[in-house]
Amino acid sequence: MPSTATDEALLIAALRRGDETAFVTLLQRYGAPMLRVAQSYVRSRAVAEEVVQETWMAVVTGVDRFEGRSTVKTWIFRILTNRAKTRGEREGRCVPFSVLIGEDEDWDGAVDPERFGHPAYPGHWSAAPSDWRTLPEQRLLGRETLERFRDAVHELPPRQQQVLVLRDVEGWSAEEVCIALDLSEVNQRVLLHRGRSKIRAALEPYLDDVAATALEAVA
Amino acid sequence: MTAPGLDCRDLVEIVTDYLEGRLPAGEVERFEAHLAICDGCDVYVRQIRTVIQLAGHERPHELPRLVEHLLPAFRTFRRGLL
Repeated sequence: MPSTATDEALLIAALRRGDETAFVTLLQRYGAPMLRVAQSYVRSRAVAEEVVQETWMAVVTGVDRFEGRSTVKTWIFRILTNRAKTRGEREGRCVPFSVLIGEDEDWDGAVDPERFGHPAYPGHWSAAPSDWRTLPEQRLLGRETLERFRDAVHELPPRQQQVLVLRDVEGWSAEEVCIALDLSEVNQRVLLHRGRSKIRAALEPYLDDVAATALEAVA
Repeated sequence: MTAPGLDCRDLVEIVTDYLEGRLPAGEVERFEAHLAICDGCDVYVRQIRTVIQLAGHERPHELPRLVEHLLPAFRTFRRGLL
């Protein structure tokens, strides 16, 4: 298997020749996360799709100018976020960099503070989380859990959503996300932290239930 | 259970730094020492790992429409190219 860099260089070369397979390969690789990122900048799904389509056209027409100084992925996402930002601003839905954290007004810590009311040891668990290791894999990764996961992701503020999807759903590195979304390393990590914490909290009642039921079935 | 120097309340706020490998060396030791004696936090970190694992299984399936829209545009563009 060729390394990603070789693979991408080949794809770009093919795209320059107008190769349709190369185009579809890139589309399959980045189309879905692009749509998600675009959607968190603009109001409607339709506008997000437009932004993604414009971006692809910009990629195809601009591929001769791609110099390989960044990866193909970050190059494409920089084009995307610039366009999405412009559209979002026109719609009055911009998320200025300075209020990145401010978009999250109700943040009250990763876990409800009331759960750390240990009578003898303040700051320690009084309501500790339950072990999910009893969860059968097919329930954990089943349709219902994934649907709840998706709902929880949609509830996140836009920037947290973007970071979480690219990092944990798409498996990007922190560095790639920073470049593509124009974030500092620290901000990327804060957004990821809040996103993951909230999703855990959102899934907790459901997964606790499933885990408890599974345990009863064994007993 | 309790561990010196690190409350459970603090641990849940640095779990991402820990998983990202961004905790300073001394902090890593403190973090892991706490986990070793605190079931609640040990379970909490496992839960976060479960969430990450879950995310890796969530593959979107919204591509067909995109391909449908973009392929004709690509072909038109390519005709200009050739």
